[in-house]
Amino acid sequence: MTSERMVRLSIKRQASPDSRSYVEEFAIPYRPNMNVTGALMEIRKNPVNAKGEKVEPVVWESVCLEEVCGSCSMLINGKPRQACSSLIDQLEQPIRLAPLSSFPIVRDLMVDREQLFDALKRVHAWIDIDGPFDLGPGPRMPEHTRRWAYELSKCMTCGCCLEACPNVNPKSNFMGPAPIQQVRLFNAHPTGKMNKEVRLSEIMKSGGITSCGNSQNCVEVCPKSIPITTSIAHLNRETTVQSFKDFFGGGF
Amino acid sequence: METTKGMGRTENFLRKLHSLSGLIPIGVFLTVHTLVNSSAIWGEEAYNVAAGVMVNLPYKLFLETFVIFVPLLFHGILGIWIALKAKNNVRQYTYVRNWGFFLQRLTGFIMFAFLVWHVWQTRVQAEFGVEPGFSMMADIVANPVFLALYIVGIVASMFHFANGIWTFLITWGITVTPKSQKVSKYATMGIFVVLSVIGVLAILAFA
Repeated sequence: MTSERMVRLSIKRQASPDSRSYVEEFAIPYRPNMNVTGALMEIRKNPVNAKGEKVEPVVWESVCLEEVCGSCSMLINGKPRQACSSLIDQLEQPIRLAPLSSFPIVRDLMVDREQLFDALKRVHAWIDIDGPFDLGPGPRMPEHTRRWAYELSKCMTCGCCLEACPNVNPKSNFMGPAPIQQVRLFNAHPTGKMNKEVRLSEIMKSGGITSCGNSQNCVEVCPKSIPITTSIAHLNRETTVQSFKDFFGGGF
Repeated sequence: METTKGMGRTENFLRKLHSLSGLIPIGVFLTVHTLVNSSAIWGEEAYNVAAGVMVNLPYKLFLETFVIFVPLLFHGILGIWIALKAKNNVRQYTYVRNWGFFLQRLTGFIMFAFLVWHVWQTRVQAEFGVEPGFSMMADIVANPVFLALYIVGIVASMFHFANGIWTFLITWGITVTPKSQKVSKYATMGIFVVLSVIGVLAILAFA
């Protein structure tokens, strides 16, 4: 047992949204090709800390286990990323795990990302296809547009971009990069384009696109390599044009 | 949605205007001011001729108010409000652009303090009867501490202006692609270096 190779983890924990946080060390047996989710499952199986004390198992969220749902996002050695796609072999030990700091903590590594989903509702991040009668087939989407729009559709609302953004914090009401870049995705769709002004109007309100400070951290940390800053700059152009149209006339 | 069109957009408008005001008129004034000052490199007489044109401009009070002071106060006060809303995280995210974000805010604060001091020592003192001209500046920078502060203030101002051009091009939707943002980065950093050299040589000419 003592000669067995161990994985050391240092986890920031918190029992409830209001209680004090603390750091707890764990050491679990190593397995080849292990990821952080696997390590957390190991702790759940045998919730004993490095001092040998029996503790409450560490709470975290995960759904897809293949980096498409975004729910296991956390700070791993200080960087926001997904536990499922973070391999133990590629991480410096002790592996430091902490909850995302931009969202309210539920417990341990589990955070409440509701503000992100609320922002998606705010910016009309869907395509209206229902009507009181059959609306018929929509316009075709050009293949070229489909290709780059597909890249934008990879966003899994994981929250990494909000975490890294210096303008997303309790002092600011900035909705963050993810919901803004979704506006470009839905405005690129031939049917979605019919509600273009609704989405642009929303990101032109307080906490919208002009709260971006161009630190460009979002594009650096995005696990899906979405060209977020290109989307933001594009929407800066769209909202500028929209302002001119609304004031001088010539739109709609 | 038609009825809400254009409503609640004050912040959006002010932020776009904030970005633009840093270039026009403030950036234009900063450039002209620096170039006029650089005439000091060719001596006291050259400077007094060039500065004399500026001092004796017609409608000077009107121009000073609406080209310099009002835009500066608007840009400075709104800028402080914006900067105070950031949680700077350059230690955790050490990317070049994040440093640019941090330095833009830092140089903004430096500029604000520098300009209050600079206006007090020059424009306000001129109002109190000190003769504006080469000797006024020479008297100020005779103090090595003041000279050092001037150099810091000038270099910080040039960075803020040059980096501000880069962000303006994004904020107004002119540079959208990563390639255009890269080209504008090199161009604006070139502006930073050139204006800093001219500005520092100009102040050293008084020392």
